[in-house]
Amino acid sequence: MTLLEIINLRKSYAAPDGSRGEIIDLPYFSLREGEQLAMEGASGSGKTTLLHLIAGILTPDSGRILIAGEEMTALGEAGRDRLRAQTVGYVFQTFNLLQGYTALENVTLGQMFGRGADENRARELLARVGLRDRLNYRPRQLSVGQQQRVAVARALANRPNLVLADEPTGNLDRLSARESLSLIREVCREHGAALLLVSHDQEVLSQFDQVVRLDEINRAGFADKENEELIAARTSAHIH
Amino acid sequence: MKSWSGIRGLFLIVRRSLRQHALSTLVTAFSIAIGSGLVMAVFAIKTQSYQAFTGGEAGFDAVLGARGSQLQLVLNTVFHLETSPGNIPWTLYQQIKQDPRVRLAIPYAVGDNYQGFRIVGTISQIFTEFEYSRGRKFQIAPGGRFFSDDTREAVIGSYAAQATGLRVGSTFNPYHGLVADERQRHRDEYTVIGVLEPTNSPSDRVVWIPIEGIYRMSGHVLRGGGEGFKAREGETIPDEHKEVSAVMLKLRDPQSGFQLDQTINKQGKVATMAWPIGRVMADLFDKLGWMNRVLALVAYLVIAVAAGSILASVYNTINERRREFAILRALGARRSTVFAVIVTEAATISLIGSLGGYGVYGAILATTKVIVKAQTGVVLSVWQTDAALWLTPLMMLAAGALAGLIPAFKAYRTDVAEHLAPTS
Repeated sequence: MTLLEIINLRKSYAAPDGSRGEIIDLPYFSLREGEQLAMEGASGSGKTTLLHLIAGILTPDSGRILIAGEEMTALGEAGRDRLRAQTVGYVFQTFNLLQGYTALENVTLGQMFGRGADENRARELLARVGLRDRLNYRPRQLSVGQQQRVAVARALANRPNLVLADEPTGNLDRLSARESLSLIREVCREHGAALLLVSHDQEVLSQFDQVVRLDEINRAGFADKENEELIAARTSAHIH
Repeated sequence: MKSWSGIRGLFLIVRRSLRQHALSTLVTAFSIAIGSGLVMAVFAIKTQSYQAFTGGEAGFDAVLGARGSQLQLVLNTVFHLETSPGNIPWTLYQQIKQDPRVRLAIPYAVGDNYQGFRIVGTISQIFTEFEYSRGRKFQIAPGGRFFSDDTREAVIGSYAAQATGLRVGSTFNPYHGLVADERQRHRDEYTVIGVLEPTNSPSDRVVWIPIEGIYRMSGHVLRGGGEGFKAREGETIPDEHKEVSAVMLKLRDPQSGFQLDQTINKQGKVATMAWPIGRVMADLFDKLGWMNRVLALVAYLVIAVAAGSILASVYNTINERRREFAILRALGARRSTVFAVIVTEAATISLIGSLGGYGVYGAILATTKVIVKAQTGVVLSVWQTDAALWLTPLMMLAAGALAGLIPAFKAYRTDVAEHLAPTS
């Protein structure tokens, strides 16, 4: 069953010279419930923008995004906040943990604005990612790898249907990255959440059965727009 | 449940932020505490002073004295402040004493002191018949007694006794005038034969001696008959030479006050009757009405400065916290939540400051209480209910919350995507 559906999504930015540059022009994209998909893209290719659009942090110029049957793009800001809090978990490249808060508080704070605080679940999740004895540690007191685990636990705290991961291993060494990636995938699987991970790291991408190149489905990424048929073919072929 | 959870989240963020910015929070809260405490203290002292000087039970209904200012007469005889406006003949005392409209008349002769504490020459009826407060007469502390009218004996108020160290059996020489000056020391020696129990009134600061003692004090010249008369040892002083500084009156009823006011103040030219005492003092405070407006203005300024310090304190943290707000928003917190966090934070700083203000207020009032008691004998109550005690913290809270609106709006406008860097 389709969890995420993107139709004719467009997003442009104002350039410093006043002109508008299109960064996303995505005719179609979808993701099934529980599916795990990696998206490959170079730096500046619009990976983060796409994830922000899916999460409702950014609004598109046009197009539709449907998550779990609800149209994110039709909602007002408060509605997008609610939908994001309840259905989307987000793992950032720099983790974006709140520095003044303990690991446990970082996880429960995410719940407080979503489905409601559930400290037991937060503890369970932190235990699952191997931080049972680090609940009251602040991010500064944790290693980079441990911080990332907190971020994973936080992303899953609201029982999301979809986890978005933006270069989640970008700040980790090779070994930690491998372990971390396995953990994210396992935990998402255990909790029935679909995973959309974006990365430019081939090591990461190689661990996924399904990988899609953003520049192949994003028409804004092509200088040569004459090859639109090819794009349409690749897009509709996806991506399953 | 979810909204309750959101509120918990909000307070968690506020708590953490205040802790993270503990120094600026404390400094700001401290300045608010000082401001709040000062405003509360100033208004409470003003109210209590007004009540003490105008509504307090003076014991007497009116004061008869030399022609002149009623206010000076009251300040001099009831509060033992200021100088005496002059003397009136003893015969006037005798006349008013006989007046059926007067229930009790006590003569005062003032103008001497001991270590700065005023000596009042009077008659023993002040102890036996006068009630300084409804149903309350002066009580002598154990081991003492009231003086007889023809002796060199003194009964002293509790505060005067404590301050001068005089106790039953002590002897002292009065000084002429209102300040102790060795050159003005009278030769006459008085023996303390009683110390009064505290009354929490200006009487606690008085050294009482028989009025005859004032007449016979070395260096005193009586001019009740127009010419100077010097009392000699062993000789009776003729009434026509005697004079008094004032006659303290207890009237039969308010109607008597109206009538005597008419007779003495409006038709007569010999003396002045200050009546009613509360009204005389109220007139003084009314004349100082401009001071209330200045105080109110100062209070508003203090509140405005407090609000400004909250604004500066919170506003300065917003830039460094934009990423935090962006993360919270990415986690699902609404713009309104971020807005509420900042307003609550500002209000909380204000609340902490206002609560601290009660400490400052208590300290100021406790100190003022000691000073006012020492200077006037009037006792202020530290925790007497006063509108300023709840109005000031409430206004501080409102000003704090209002001050939080500007930084809150800045936080509200935080662009989430922009502050969730880096992008890929």
